[in-house]
Amino acid sequence: MQARPKAAEIGATGIGKDFGEFTALADITLTVGRGEFLTLLGPSGSGKTTFLMILSGFEAPTAGRLTLDGRDMTRTPAEERAFGMVFQGYALFPHMTVEENIAFPLKVQKRSAAEVKRRVAEIVEMVGLGGHGHKRPSGLSGGQQQRVALARALVYEPPVLLLDEPFSALDKNLRGQMQEEMRRLHRETGTTFVFVTHDQSEALALSTRVAIFEKGRLQQLAAPREVYERPANRFVAEFLGEINILPLSGASSDGAGGGGQFEGQALRATATDHVGTTSLAVRPEYMRLHLSRPETGNAVAARLDHLTYLGAETRLALVTPGGADLTLLLPTAELPAGLESGTPVWAGWSETRGFLL
Amino acid sequence: MSQPSRFLLLIGPLLLFLAATYLVPFLGVMRWSVTLPEPGLGQYRTALGDPLVLTVFWRTLRICAVVTVSAVAAAYVITLLWVRGSAVQRLVVELCILIPFWISVLTRAFGWLALLSNKGLINGWLQSLGLLSEPLTLVRNEFGVIVGMTHFLIPFAVFPLASAMRSVDERVLMAARGMGAGRARIFWQVFVPMTKPGILGAGLVVFVFALGFFVTPAILGGGRSVMVAELIYLRIFQSPDWGLGAAISVILMLAVGVLLAAMMRQVRQGASK
Repeated sequence: MQARPKAAEIGATGIGKDFGEFTALADITLTVGRGEFLTLLGPSGSGKTTFLMILSGFEAPTAGRLTLDGRDMTRTPAEERAFGMVFQGYALFPHMTVEENIAFPLKVQKRSAAEVKRRVAEIVEMVGLGGHGHKRPSGLSGGQQQRVALARALVYEPPVLLLDEPFSALDKNLRGQMQEEMRRLHRETGTTFVFVTHDQSEALALSTRVAIFEKGRLQQLAAPREVYERPANRFVAEFLGEINILPLSGASSDGAGGGGQFEGQALRATATDHVGTTSLAVRPEYMRLHLSRPETGNAVAARLDHLTYLGAETRLALVTPGGADLTLLLPTAELPAGLESGTPVWAGWSETRGFLL
Repeated sequence: MSQPSRFLLLIGPLLLFLAATYLVPFLGVMRWSVTLPEPGLGQYRTALGDPLVLTVFWRTLRICAVVTVSAVAAAYVITLLWVRGSAVQRLVVELCILIPFWISVLTRAFGWLALLSNKGLINGWLQSLGLLSEPLTLVRNEFGVIVGMTHFLIPFAVFPLASAMRSVDERVLMAARGMGAGRARIFWQVFVPMTKPGILGAGLVVFVFALGFFVTPAILGGGRSVMVAELIYLRIFQSPDWGLGAAISVILMLAVGVLLAAMMRQVRQGASK
């Protein structure tokens, strides 16, 4: 299938949702671009699923406005929006076969019998369910049910596909496989995807942009690399992956970057788009382990507390003389020999890798 | 003590009680059917050859089928309100199900008599409104029996239906709505098929109960719509034909057993699919 012009653009302006006293969402403004793969990411209770339900039309916002290709759809009910939707737990029709499940939305749209047959056959092949068409959902594995749900949501070429934690019930291997599948389906259909997850690696791997939610507010909306490497605030920095945050004294910043003192060492970061000035943040995988103070870049003295072998990588827990914890993630192949608990070491990193928070 | 023997010890008294109160008397009835007035299968031959007995069997089957369909259909609507309705609807339904439950079958049959008889409330209203000149015959016929039995059996259909409806995953209905399906389509093509095990279960309960009904048909049928249970009663208590009554009982038991087995298979197949 070719990318279709059918993919739609969704606009949200000042969307809010109150459940009585409780504010589930406040002032969400964002645009989901045509054919984009946007992930809504956040801890449970952050409002991401509520936002998806508002996009689908199953929940009405208590404030704000929604548009579809520029036309207002704030009050359009779910059945008229007819976006594709993949629910948590798949929500397949248990009394229908795979083919009947997939044909359902086409029959709702009163497509001709010949077209229904052709499209169902096409999409059954596309999602790799050939030979399972006459089975009931209960006779399928979790991954296969997932594919049926995707096929059923995509078969009528909806302008938008919404996915609510579709992989949460799958084991890790299958999850990876289904992520590949999703990427391919997104490419092949060209539809706008909005995907809810609480799994950050899934979000980073799949999306063109990630919207990070916390306490009903949108914290940051940017490309995966940007939210990871230039988090907009401390919540985003700590939510996505691990990060070392070193409190600075006498911190200052100027046009060429910023820096300050940490346990007697002058630390600098050259990035100019800082979001704060009180701490310096650096990801564990950008830190390197040295047995003596490195000549260039930032460095902090510490001693090894313990290391955790993770296969390809090893995680090292260090403690500074001042009692701060540092985490380093090193390729196991680069690990110096003879490390043991208490070994004095230096953690060093390039000035371009850290940023001020 | 090993697991199985402890299990037997726990369940044993119940089995003994059931055997003493059901199995032993039923075996006695079976013995009558092949020994009275003389040993042999003569009473079965008589029963299945007697046009009166066959008429009663056929009438029983017909009444039970109509009652089953109407009770399950009415119960479906009531249960829908109970499970998915507003708080007020739920309360009203609960009262309408529970209050009749506490009232004896006899009282309810006489209640229908008061409503449906020629000089009853309904005929009275219809005549005073000028809609009728002659009273409608609503009772002492099959219609009256069906109304009374349906009313009695609705609560028994409500419970299996309620459990089936409660187990319907809300998200499946949302999924159908999200694909653009209207309310009627969601109801008939998604909700009703998903509650099919409950419909079958409710139908089975109602039908089996209905087969053995005695008091309601006796009162509302007025001797003109005799059903199997009343026939057995007449044979045993008002004639010396104990053997024939026993044979009819055994045939009824067998019919119920076969039906139960067939339905159970159906339900189990449905569940394993």
